[in-house]
Amino acid sequence: MDFDNSTLKELAISESGLIFDPASGTIYTSNSVGLLILDALKNGKELIEIRNMIVRQYDVDEQTSERDMYDFFSQLNSSGVIKHV
Amino acid sequence: MYNIAITGLNAGDTPAPGVPVIRCLTEHPDWAESVCGMAYDALESGALDRNLVSSVYLLPYPKSGREALLERLTYIHEVEHLDVIIPNLDAELPNFIYLRDRLADMGIKTFLPSEEQFNRRSKVNLNKLAEDIGINTPKTRLITDPTHIDVRMDELPVMVKGLYYEAKIAYTLDEVRHHVYTIAAMWGYPVLIQQFIEGEEYNAAAVGDGKGNLLAVAGMKKLVFTDKGKGWACISIINEGLNQLTEQIVSALSWPGALEVEAIKSKKDGKFYLIELNPRFAAWIYLAKAAGINLPYLYLQLALGRQVTEKLEYRSGVVFTNYTTNLITDLDRISTLFTEGEINYALTI
Repeated sequence: MDFDNSTLKELAISESGLIFDPASGTIYTSNSVGLLILDALKNGKELIEIRNMIVRQYDVDEQTSERDMYDFFSQLNSSGVIKHV
Repeated sequence: MYNIAITGLNAGDTPAPGVPVIRCLTEHPDWAESVCGMAYDALESGALDRNLVSSVYLLPYPKSGREALLERLTYIHEVEHLDVIIPNLDAELPNFIYLRDRLADMGIKTFLPSEEQFNRRSKVNLNKLAEDIGINTPKTRLITDPTHIDVRMDELPVMVKGLYYEAKIAYTLDEVRHHVYTIAAMWGYPVLIQQFIEGEEYNAAAVGDGKGNLLAVAGMKKLVFTDKGKGWACISIINEGLNQLTEQIVSALSWPGALEVEAIKSKKDGKFYLIELNPRFAAWIYLAKAAGINLPYLYLQLALGRQVTEKLEYRSGVVFTNYTTNLITDLDRISTLFTEGEINYALTI
């Protein structure tokens, strides 16, 4: 799966989970898993690496991790933060 | 010390820009001037705040005409020795624009557009302007006769707007008629029917140099709305598309002074649609100052013919929210303003 994550790179993300898009003024909130995924995407991590990070940090199996990850991608896509290409 | 006259002092539920403009100016580190308030009503809340203005003078309402305004300004100038006037209300601007050369002859500086520039950005002419300069705007037409409100069912919803103030959305033909009548009763005809663009509203405050250059721009998005659709809480943004639109407009109009751009980013096609161009400072201008860019001070430097030294960058993510408070004043002050049409706070207890 490939993304256009140019918007993502502009986001201001606080440790508390508040995410601000400086171009649109939109404010989102996220839990710690979402923050981990966003941070990893911003830093250009591969999807498999992100999945493994979630598995390690949250003690879940790979299938659950992937399902949650793709759910989150879907939310990011519908809010315009990333675009599937 | 310069004496700067400022209008638009009402700071009610739909605040005018005067009070935030004064706050931007007087909080500037280099500020050493005084502010003369000019109001249309003795109960304009900012006019009653002696910490905000040194003196206040009532002006004749814009409908009284240009000569009445000139006569009043001549009197105020004799007492106050004004250096600059910054008008902040849409409805008063045509009179001030008409008088700007005569004010200049009196030694009062302004930084206003010409009548032609002012009219080109009017809601009535927005379609033509957009066509001329190649930008998008919702289709707009005028209602001048209440018996000919020619809106079709398939056009709904539409925005119904007054020439200077008011904008209401209408979902039914009954609502269209109702809004046309109520807006016309308050502001007269024409009333405008504007295509409704679904999307998010973005606003920009700008200052142009009058030679086609955009000197500074600050962007804003509303976070909390009043029941009139005004921004109660807003956040500063930096949006390239909005900035480009603003630059295109300022350049095409060779706009001098303050301008507010209101645009909708369409949900359907992702493009910006210009919905209004306000020929003055925005009422949220204090947000831009808080974010780092003091547009009223920049404007003042330009009006005084000084070299611009203002910083032109600002931060996104700065939030402001209006909040109401109570100003306590004596009935005597209001009486003085009502009966004498002026008050000098330095001479009052």
